[in-house]
Amino acid sequence: MSAVHKTTEDAVIFDLAAEELRSLNAALQALGGKTNRTAWTIVNPRGAHAIAVGVTAPVAITIEGHAGYYCAGMNDGAFVTINGNAGTGLAENMMSGTVHVKGDASQSAGATAHGGLLIIDGNAAARCGISMKGVDIVVKGNAGHMSAFMAQSGNLVICGDAGEALGDSLYEARLFVKGAVKSLGADCEGKEMTAEDKEILSALLQKAGCHETPEEFTRYGSARTLYHFHVDNAGAY
Amino acid sequence: MCGIAGLFLKNPSLEPALGRMLSGMLSALTDRGPDSAGFAIYGAGAPGQLKYTLRSAGGFNLPQGLELSCTAHDDHAVITFPVAREAEVRAALAARPEITIVATGARMELFKGVGLPDAVTKRFGLEKMSGSHAIGHTRMATESAVTTAGAHPFSTGADQCLVHNGSLSNHNDVRRVLMREGITFATQNDTEVAAGYLSHQLREGKKLNEALTNALDRLDGFYTFVVGTENGFGVLRDPVACKPAVMAETADYVAFGSEYRALADLPGIEAAHLFEPEPGQVYFWERAA
Repeated sequence: MSAVHKTTEDAVIFDLAAEELRSLNAALQALGGKTNRTAWTIVNPRGAHAIAVGVTAPVAITIEGHAGYYCAGMNDGAFVTINGNAGTGLAENMMSGTVHVKGDASQSAGATAHGGLLIIDGNAAARCGISMKGVDIVVKGNAGHMSAFMAQSGNLVICGDAGEALGDSLYEARLFVKGAVKSLGADCEGKEMTAEDKEILSALLQKAGCHETPEEFTRYGSARTLYHFHVDNAGAY
Repeated sequence: MCGIAGLFLKNPSLEPALGRMLSGMLSALTDRGPDSAGFAIYGAGAPGQLKYTLRSAGGFNLPQGLELSCTAHDDHAVITFPVAREAEVRAALAARPEITIVATGARMELFKGVGLPDAVTKRFGLEKMSGSHAIGHTRMATESAVTTAGAHPFSTGADQCLVHNGSLSNHNDVRRVLMREGITFATQNDTEVAAGYLSHQLREGKKLNEALTNALDRLDGFYTFVVGTENGFGVLRDPVACKPAVMAETADYVAFGSEYRALADLPGIEAAHLFEPEPGQVYFWERAA
C-alpha cells in the first residue's frame, strides 16, 4: 500500500490514479469496528466503478470527484460522501450508514437497500429506490421515472418533482413528494399525511439538512389492490 | 453493453486535437465493447468535392484513368473527387467487388473494424485526425455477428452516421418498409435499420430533431443513439432509459459518453456542466453551415 499516504494517525488519503481500486476496497473491507483509521479521502476517482463497496466499519469516506457505478454498494455503517456525481446503482443494497452525494445520482440509486440514509443533493435519475427494503432516501432535486418501483419498506422523500409511474407496483414504503408527480404507477395512490408520517418526514428533512416543512409534501403509498390475485382479472393474462 | 463516445467542438482551436480526444474516450470504453470499434469523423471538406471511405481486403489499385486523391488507412481508404465525377467513380467501383463503399459525403470519413478499441483506432491513425465533430463506438455484439460490417457506426446516407447501445425489436418490420422506399442495407443488423430510418426521414425533408422525434414512435426496443450529420450531432435515449448516457458541455465542446469514465480526460471537464440526457428527449447541436 505504498500510495496510501497517512496524513495523521487516523486520516488516510488514497489516490486512485496511483493505486488499484481493489487494494482500496480490500483495505476498507478489512477495517474492524474499532479501527483508528476513521477518515478516508479518495482522490482521482475518475468515474471508477464500485468505489468503497462492502464497507462494514463506521468510518468516514470522502470521494473527491465523480464516482462510477455501484459506489458505496452494500454499505454497512460507513458515512460516505461524494463531492461529485454518482453513476448507476449508488448505495445499492445498503444495510446501514449514510451515503451523501453532493451532485446528481444516476439511475437505480438506493436499489434494494435495507437500511441507512441516502442523501442526494442534486437530481436522481430513473428508478430511484427501486425495490427498496427499508432505506431512507432524500432527494433534494427531482427523481426520474419508475422511482420506488416495487418498493417494500422505508421512506423516499423527493423535494423536487417525480417522473412517470411513481411507486409502480408498490408493496409498502412511504413516498413524500413536494413538487409535481408526472404520473402515479399501478397501485400507488395519494394518502392522508398522518401525525406519524409528519414525524418521520420531519426527522428525515432535518437529517438531510433540508429547509422544507412536512406540510409542503404530499404522501403517497400503496393502495394494496395488487396484494392478492383477483379472479376477475384472469382474462387479462 | 457497448460504449458510445461523441464530441462536438464549439471552439475551432480544438479541431486538431479531435482525433486524440476521441481515441482516449474510446479506450476508456474498452470494457463496455471489446469486440470491435469504429468512428466517424467530420473533417474539413473542399467545395465541390466528395469523399468516399472505402474498405478492401485486396488493396485499392484503382482502374487506369480514374486518377483520384486516395489516402490509405490500413484496410480503409478515403478517395476525394469532384462532385461531377460521382457517377464515373460509382461505376468504376461497382466493377471492383472486393471494394466496399463504407461511407460517402462532403466531410465525413468512417472507419471500423474488429478488435479492441485501442488496436482499431491505432490501425486507422485516429489520434492524428482532425475535425469539427466525431462519434465512436465500442461494440459488445448481441444482435448480429462480430464482423467489420457489423461494427458501428452505420452510415446509410451522405454525411450521416449512427451508433447505438441497445437492441431493437422491430427492425425486420422497419427494414422491409424502408427497402420499399429505396433505402439499401448491407447487413441484417438492427442498428443499420435505425440509421436507415433516420436517412429516410432526412431524405423526406425532416430536420434531424424531427427525425429523432419520429424515431421514438417508430423504433421499438432499447437504445441510446448518437447521430452525426454534416453539421450536427444528436442524442436520443429510449423512453425507459435502459442504456446509460452522460453528457458534458463547456464553452469549447459538447461531449457524450456512455459513462463518465470516457469524459474524465477531456480538457476543462472539472468545470463542465454534466448531465444525464432525459429519456425520450431529443438533443441536438448544429454548427453554422
